[in-house]
Amino acid sequence: MTETPNLVAFTPERLEKVKEIIARYPEGRQKSALLPVLHVAQEQWGWLNSEVMDYVAGILSIQPVEVYEVASFYTMYHLDPVGKHVIEYCRTGPCCLMGGEDVYGHLKQKLGVEAGQTTADGLFTLKEVECLAACGWGPVFQIREQFYMNLTNDKVDQIIEDLSK
Amino acid sequence: MEDIKPQLVKITFDGIEVEVEPGTTIMQAARKIAEADESQAALVPPAMCYYKPLNASGGKCRACLVKVAQGSAKDPRPMPKLVPSCITQVQEGMVVENTTNRGVLDTRKSIVEFLLINHPLDCPICDQAGECHLQDFAFEHGSAKTRYEEERRTFDKIDIGPHVQLHMTRCILCYRCVYTADQITDKRVHGVMNRGDASEISTYIEKAIDNDFSGNVIDVCPVGALTDKTFRFKQRVWFTKPEDAHRDCDKCCGKVTLWYRGDEVLRVTARKNTWGEVNDFICNTCRFDKKKTSDWVLEGPTKVKRSSVISANKYRADLVKKPDFALKLAASQYKPVDDDRAYVTDEDTIRQQSIENNDKANHRSLLAKNN
Amino acid sequence: MAKKILTEHINVPGIETFDVYRKQGGYTAVEKAIKTMTPEEVVEEAKKSGVRGRGGAGFPMGMKWGFLAKPEGVPRYLVCNADESEPGTFKDHHLMKSIPHLLIEGMIISSYALGANKSFIYVRGELMYVIRILEKAIEEAKAQGFLGKNILGSGYDLELIVQPGGGAYICGEETALLESLEGKRGNPRNKPPFPAVKGLYQSPTVVNNVESIANMSWIINNGGDAYAAIGIGRSTGTKLISASGHIEKPGVYEIELGVSVEEFLNSDEYCGGIRKGHHLKALVAGGSSVPILPAHLIMKTANGEDRLMSYESLSDGGFATGTMLGSGGFIVFDETACIVRNTWNFSRFYHHESCGQCSPCREGTGWMEKVLHRIEHGHGSMHDVDLLVDISKKIEGNTICPLGDAAAWPVASAIRHFRDEFVWHITNPHEATQPGAVYRGEMELA
Repeated sequence: MTETPNLVAFTPERLEKVKEIIARYPEGRQKSALLPVLHVAQEQWGWLNSEVMDYVAGILSIQPVEVYEVASFYTMYHLDPVGKHVIEYCRTGPCCLMGGEDVYGHLKQKLGVEAGQTTADGLFTLKEVECLAACGWGPVFQIREQFYMNLTNDKVDQIIEDLSK
Repeated sequence: MEDIKPQLVKITFDGIEVEVEPGTTIMQAARKIAEADESQAALVPPAMCYYKPLNASGGKCRACLVKVAQGSAKDPRPMPKLVPSCITQVQEGMVVENTTNRGVLDTRKSIVEFLLINHPLDCPICDQAGECHLQDFAFEHGSAKTRYEEERRTFDKIDIGPHVQLHMTRCILCYRCVYTADQITDKRVHGVMNRGDASEISTYIEKAIDNDFSGNVIDVCPVGALTDKTFRFKQRVWFTKPEDAHRDCDKCCGKVTLWYRGDEVLRVTARKNTWGEVNDFICNTCRFDKKKTSDWVLEGPTKVKRSSVISANKYRADLVKKPDFALKLAASQYKPVDDDRAYVTDEDTIRQQSIENNDKANHRSLLAKNN
Repeated sequence: MAKKILTEHINVPGIETFDVYRKQGGYTAVEKAIKTMTPEEVVEEAKKSGVRGRGGAGFPMGMKWGFLAKPEGVPRYLVCNADESEPGTFKDHHLMKSIPHLLIEGMIISSYALGANKSFIYVRGELMYVIRILEKAIEEAKAQGFLGKNILGSGYDLELIVQPGGGAYICGEETALLESLEGKRGNPRNKPPFPAVKGLYQSPTVVNNVESIANMSWIINNGGDAYAAIGIGRSTGTKLISASGHIEKPGVYEIELGVSVEEFLNSDEYCGGIRKGHHLKALVAGGSSVPILPAHLIMKTANGEDRLMSYESLSDGGFATGTMLGSGGFIVFDETACIVRNTWNFSRFYHHESCGQCSPCREGTGWMEKVLHRIEHGHGSMHDVDLLVDISKKIEGNTICPLGDAAAWPVASAIRHFRDEFVWHITNPHEATQPGAVYRGEMELA
């Protein structure tokens, strides 16, 4: 499991990045930075707990509830602790036509978890997501920024093995 | 009078012409008709999310959709889709159909159905019953039956602050309470979390909504999702007697309605207009802490709509309708039970239907056996 | 070989870099537009080209630009919609990752035409690696003087910002996208006011799809008339089609609008035909939102004319026998595909992606999904089929944004053309719920 942040502050590099993001928008429109800044926060802490969100609200001078509303609306933000690797598996039609459901079944069996759960060793969290805009290369899942495409049972085994090392 | 007239915009609403100022919405134009002639009140589109005192409210529930049969005198084409009357502005020469359009009424019936599929039918134990906009809406526009057989979403009741309870299961996501917190308090701590039919009004982490005007969310809530904890389960609203009263208050206007049972003030609310909208928001001190008659200067009984259940069997003998009037009213408002199933009395047919209705249940048990 | 406007150089090694892109004639259109044309002239070329919005709606881009309000002293914005999330559509993803400078060049030209000094590319957050590619390309273009202050000494300034989304299909709807860009929940706005009058930060704004904007460099280099000469009728130019499903060669193809569906599906230049040993059963031609067509209505229209890949031909026959080009998400189903399961799957998608703001969509999408789930899992009843049609009708046209329609159409069309298959699921629940079970009743395959 990713550790719960006890000292909530961006690293100096990330704080620089956040400042650069905020500066992109016109005067008084710093709330526009919310989505990108939440991505930066998630990069640092793995997931967004309420202290992190309150911290982000402070940086952008908005109410904490505005951050909660947004973070809970979008599916990419994890509001609960997650494992080291979050597997975001596409469950939408075109991937299913390419055998996505069978491969998903295999993956679940391999990991021994259902959607939304994390493996006992804390390595993998499995999430079902909707279309990842890679339908021609399905079945597809994503771990952080990496797309894994044209999945088969064997490929899945290999990926899981590599990431378990 | 003559020189003001050219500035007004004339529209036809359900066959009635009305002149309103430019920028007026169709809804406000319809309300203007009804305010001039109370007998036309039924023409006004229902509003479940729109709330005039709150900026940006409206457009969400789709209860007030109407047909614009003619866009304007200049461009007489009809609008291709039904439009929300609460946020659509009138144009000179616009022709609007509401109760005169079958499609509008059908759509409205389906909006009732949509709003009810995830709403518990717990009116018998809900404090809002009797002054619930959803109850009125369903009664006036809904169907007598539901076609929804799936599971309904439910939430646990939570206290948000010492005086207000949130029962999210009843919420229809009108966003009024969010706008209220945004617009009349300085710091909003509740909002809409998640999305789709998993959306919920929440503070996310348990936080009390604590400011002098937080109680107003109770008044704006169209259903029983936000209720006054000091009044919960005290009394059905139709057994209470509303009296207008005021006091000198340093925080708000101090103009309220006191709800009596005998000599006891059971609750205090803001005063509302004909459309159920508060005239002036009131502070929590007036609402929750001033529950003695001696706190107030009484002004007299609150005017209650005759159609309201609150006015039934009440104290104003002079307002009790004469039987012939009541009968006439009943006749004018009579409508057949809105249910398009064929009613049959023939025994064989009933038996056959009952077999068909059981089909699904049988199917399931068969399936369970086979598996 | 058919004309290639967007993908001509896409396979050139290193095309994602400024230098290689420049060598292939890149950024000459920016030079031409900024040095030799007025913004109005650029708009005029866009109008002449007849290029239509490639995000799905198909509204002429030049006309959309023409609606932009231009009040004095108020900034105007151009926002590129790169929130590609429609199931079956992955062309923008492909284009941006392969040839990012094409979009950036288009953004510079379009921003210049509209008088925008700060423009945004809103990319769905899942494509973070594409965002990094775009940001790198922007840095390169800036270093070469094509972005930033005083571009090419013209006095025109432009800042280009790549904004990541957070995971929400609804942000592909332009007003939801603007809300999201303002750091809010992706709730679509009520219209009017339209973005052309009050958009981003309440200022006049144009929102255009990636592919639409990427066309601009070719249009400026070759002229709007040359663009309009490609294609057929009011379907001018080329179109990127994302092909997926049961075909030999899934992928992104650039077609001249007007090529026949048969050629697109069967020729080796494109899809390469249905995968070996199988037969065509159904087609979704324009992304999951558009009506599904059965085999007998795919190659020919109801009138027996050849069905073409164009806005008009695909919608020939209305929804009764036609469909839409939409965003060009071409999903092919062979006889092993279960239409009921697929309809449930799409319906689950829309249920999951509804923002929840207006009641017909919030409640209706969930209701449809639950009923379809029941049918698919052997618990349906006969009245469920008509119930689904009725729910879809009650959602369609009654919502704030087009997501309601997008959720209603796949369900209504699947039942319109494949009612037997739904009925079979209901009357044969045991058989239908076996793994891999598919209805093999009387059905025309091609």
